[in-house]
Amino acid sequence: MGYKNYFQSLDWETVKNQIKDKKAPDVKEALKNAGQGNLNDLMALLSPAAELFLEEMAQISHQLTKKRFGKTIQMYIPLYLSNECVNSCLYCGFRKENGGKRITLSIEEVLNEVEIIKRAGFDHLLLVTGEHPGKAGVDYLSAVIKAIRALFSHISIEVQPLETTQYEELIRLGLNTVLVYQETYNRDQYKQFHPQGKKSDFDFRLDTPDRLGKASIYKIGLGCLLGLEDWRTDSWFVGSHLRFLEKRYWKTKFSISFPRLRPAMGSLEPEYPLNDRELLQVILAYRIFNENVELSLSTRESRQFRDHVIKLGITTLSAGSKTEPGGYALNQDRLKQFEVHDERSSIEVARMIQAQGYESVWKDWEAYYGI
Amino acid sequence: MSDLMIAGELFKSRLFLGTGKFCSNEIMAQSIKASETEMVTLALKRFDMNNPEDSMLKHVEFPGVRLLPNSSGVRTAKEAVFAAQLAREALETNWLKLEIHPEPRYLLPDPIETLYATEELAKKGFIVLPYINADPVLCKRLQDAGASVVMPLGSPIGSNSGLKTREMLRIIIEQSTLPVVVDAGLGAPSHAAEAMEMGADAVLVNTAIAVADDPVKMAQAFKLGVEAGRMAFLAKLGGMTQSAVASSPLTGFLNDPKHKN
Repeated sequence: MGYKNYFQSLDWETVKNQIKDKKAPDVKEALKNAGQGNLNDLMALLSPAAELFLEEMAQISHQLTKKRFGKTIQMYIPLYLSNECVNSCLYCGFRKENGGKRITLSIEEVLNEVEIIKRAGFDHLLLVTGEHPGKAGVDYLSAVIKAIRALFSHISIEVQPLETTQYEELIRLGLNTVLVYQETYNRDQYKQFHPQGKKSDFDFRLDTPDRLGKASIYKIGLGCLLGLEDWRTDSWFVGSHLRFLEKRYWKTKFSISFPRLRPAMGSLEPEYPLNDRELLQVILAYRIFNENVELSLSTRESRQFRDHVIKLGITTLSAGSKTEPGGYALNQDRLKQFEVHDERSSIEVARMIQAQGYESVWKDWEAYYGI
Repeated sequence: MSDLMIAGELFKSRLFLGTGKFCSNEIMAQSIKASETEMVTLALKRFDMNNPEDSMLKHVEFPGVRLLPNSSGVRTAKEAVFAAQLAREALETNWLKLEIHPEPRYLLPDPIETLYATEELAKKGFIVLPYINADPVLCKRLQDAGASVVMPLGSPIGSNSGLKTREMLRIIIEQSTLPVVVDAGLGAPSHAAEAMEMGADAVLVNTAIAVADDPVKMAQAFKLGVEAGRMAFLAKLGGMTQSAVASSPLTGFLNDPKHKN
């Protein structure tokens, strides 16, 4: 039985109300269980009642993270391979209705990008595509991974959901991690935001981490697109998904990301925007709920926010990111997935990390582990 | 004080250091010096074996300090053996801290894969220092398999919780013919002292030093804690012996002149 089945027993509105009804004593109880909380504690930590405890939560999260991950920040960089897409997700710059030049990088173009990425010091790479099975399907991803495998210690992908056997094949070629965000766990709203294309299949997406677990992937990245729906409720569902998967796929590691809806060409404004204070609350809530999960923050966020939160629970950062294919080598203005908010180079970000008394870690894996 | 011998090599210091989680390579190097350790571990996944200029590697190499590569990150015996062979080639050492923890959250070691890997590596001529749960029977199995020490955990890695496995550690120390190095979970110099007082041959510390506000001073504090604990063990702690009571209310009848054999 996968999360999909368990999910049937959960009701969005009930969860939403339970979170809203949490009071200060519930938050205090959750803080007592810091590091090893249950899903009830997570509700309290995400609730409006927890807003008054933000400083205390930050202190606890700082200590827990330092103990588990040390004074280090793992660095990675995204490489956008393709902006071609068959979907119409209302919030995304790659939606097929958008104008702008579409491209899928050739292997030669990928290697040009990689040259610049390696020069910037990166050793952990995230490959990103839109969803276009014809132009950027499994065969294409296999060819890319084969071409670059020897150049990186750790390779992740953020692409369309695949079948178990397809994941197994990519893992065999050297894939370490798959990021797959449910966007929203509100089934009805999901339909609104993903009106057509393959991504409109809520259940197939929801079942993806289970397929990855069965394929024995090393690491799975979970998350929701913050701002699409009530972020407290969606964040709790991510936590419940994490807890479910951790118990079943005990060899698999997990990370959580915090994509906050950012302006993109021709896309919608977030209906449930969250401010920096609220985004911080989500980060702290996850850390206090689970002291072992990796928490990752991209360049969607501002430099000021990123500089402050590296000590408060975040373990993984990207830097110097370009969100359009060919962005590193060609530097042409192509269709982007979203606007980058922190435009500093990897060296500048590493300097900032060092100035805060932390070390930026570039390599923390071996290509042959887990393959 | 008597020196510790592992695989024919003498160590004056009974404190081993891990090198993860430090805020900078410079602070790590200063902490290694301050601890006066003679053995530091280095995760193979953290440095580039093909790059002799690797910054991490440069900061852990000191004269008189043995570099002990560890296999942290591998999930099977097969991967561990492969990693050991690469490390032997790159670092020119046949010593290996064997860490196999397929469970990525508490990083608890897999006893079955660890035993297989130890057997295989010992056959291939490696000096194997396996990280294990505090399981006395596993320690005996590893001894038979050719391990050079056993490294049972005090509590989960990075937990700073101290000797939660105390009773099992006591049995391991009592039974072991190999040096016992208590590894993982030691959060304070007093924890290290406690392990040494119990008769552990050495301890390995990482997180407690690396994440302290002043890692260099903490490294020194651990050095003193380990020395104090060892000295107390050699001096034989009064409270730890199961001394007989002065009178013998249960067996006194044997001394009664009226009692006949």
